[in-house]
Amino acid sequence: MNRVWKFGADVDTDQIVPGRYAPYMRPDADVGEAAFIEARPEFAKNARPGDVIVALENFGCGSSREYAVEALKRRKVGAIIALSFARIFYRNALNLGIPLFESPEIVEALQDGDEVTLDIPNRRVQCGEQVYLLPELPVFAQEILKAGGIVPYVRAYGRFPGEE
Amino acid sequence: MGQTLSEKILSQHAGRTVNAGEFVVVEPDVVMSHDSLTPGIIKILRQELEMEKVRYPERLVFVFDHVAPASTVGTADSQNLARRFAQEQNIRLFDVGRGICHQVLVEERIAGPGKIVIGSDSHSTGYGSVGAFGTGMGSTDVALVWATGRTWLRVPETYRVVVEGRFPSGVDAKDLALKLCREITIDGANYMAVEYHGLDWMPLNGRQTLASMAVEMGAKAGIVPPTGLPGDQFPAPDWLTLDTDARYTQSLTVDLTRLEPQVSMPHAVDHVVDLSGVAGTRVDVVFLGTCTNGRYEDMKTAAGLLAGKRIAKNVRLIVTPASSRELSRAAADGTLAILLEAGATLTTPGCGMCMGRHQGTLGDGDVCLSTANRNFKGRMGSPNAQIYLASPAVAAATALTGAITDPRAC
Ligand code: SF4
Repeated sequence: MNRVWKFGADVDTDQIVPGRYAPYMRPDADVGEAAFIEARPEFAKNARPGDVIVALENFGCGSSREYAVEALKRRKVGAIIALSFARIFYRNALNLGIPLFESPEIVEALQDGDEVTLDIPNRRVQCGEQVYLLPELPVFAQEILKAGGIVPYVRAYGRFPGEE
Repeated sequence: MGQTLSEKILSQHAGRTVNAGEFVVVEPDVVMSHDSLTPGIIKILRQELEMEKVRYPERLVFVFDHVAPASTVGTADSQNLARRFAQEQNIRLFDVGRGICHQVLVEERIAGPGKIVIGSDSHSTGYGSVGAFGTGMGSTDVALVWATGRTWLRVPETYRVVVEGRFPSGVDAKDLALKLCREITIDGANYMAVEYHGLDWMPLNGRQTLASMAVEMGAKAGIVPPTGLPGDQFPAPDWLTLDTDARYTQSLTVDLTRLEPQVSMPHAVDHVVDLSGVAGTRVDVVFLGTCTNGRYEDMKTAAGLLAGKRIAKNVRLIVTPASSRELSRAAADGTLAILLEAGATLTTPGCGMCMGRHQGTLGDGDVCLSTANRNFKGRMGSPNAQIYLASPAVAAATALTGAITDPRAC
């Protein structure tokens, strides 16, 4: 079982990892420990591998900093489910292999602190007796995630998704 | 069927006609990265892609602006690593003090009409000020462009902004940029390109202010048609023209003649009100700088209000020119002297305190009025600081009184 961490709308990358906590500024620190360090210190302390982030619109807006995604990856976030994602964040998350879904139904149903079971291969989240179906991702996103991220994808296929 | 500017630029690079919604793989003309992320990108290239050399070193540009000059042993070491890498591979590098990446690439005419410019920085939309398709990407995407010379993109839908009239006095491009954030909201142009029409009269600096803030509405690119720019400096390809039958997903018309000075309130860029709604708010720090408003014209506007006066007693006014060239221009005609005599603190050209890392980091409880583009909680330092965003004229008027002030009243 994993915990749901629910956030509101427009969570910007300064909330996920403030620029002052970038690897550039703290080369010897684990950026994973900086995940939500100021916006949600309990997350930085207590998040467990496989936990699910649920958010309203425009999750990850702001800077292009991939270390915001890197921090969530190091915390082994199981999936991010939101009403919508900011463009660069969406791309960065896929590139690093974090599954992310847009689902108004699940975002509405899941509350902060809920315990859930996440089953990505079967596209399911279970909360108590309720089972929710995760929406199907676009083909290119599925391919990148299946490979484990864009670097393994390009290394395996020698091309970008959708390229001849 | 006509095409939008993004569709035209991406079609040219893809070698076939593409329209919004399609995926393309293209070779960017320019790949910019700055000191904050270049060391990490080198690491991805070496450790994850297991490559030593970049594919087209002549297309890469490094700019050291985010912590410039270095403030810690770690940032100094990282910069040295990137310097060595650039030297070994013959990559152009603009070192500390030269200025902010987005300003330098425009000044050096590296970004130009019809080009695709990829930057390791979200404000790479700013290259749209010279008619380029500029967009920000994360470190892994940039490392892949270094390695392969290519990247993939979804051709964006386009949000058209039609601008009518001219600015009344005391109101400028920053007020328009904030007004657009207010109307379109922080994600209203997510995944889209914004095209700004009706601005043939607008000088380059105003276009840079607008295009840099396209990303604050979620946009992938923000393009001002290059008409009206000096053609000898920014030669536009003949295919880069507006089609009357291009397909725009959304459209917004703004009448400049009725625009008031705008202020964005903590802690979201689209939390914008007319200045009158926050006039009188006490301020500790005024910051004049960034890729959005750190140019000569911005300093000149501020100097116009500060000439012969002193800033309020309890205010710090920090001026960080966007580049060494802008600093020289301000020094040459006395603009800089006016700012210094009024009590301004001058810092090295670059990003300065925009990201809260050096040269004016905010502390608990500080209230800052900034000419930057972002006021997210904790962006400039303490999460318990407040950041308001406004134009250079509002910044200068506010520095004079120590509270948010309408420049038209000065
Ligand atoms: S000035 Fe600020 S917004 Fe512009 S590139 Fe530098 S850190 Fe980013």
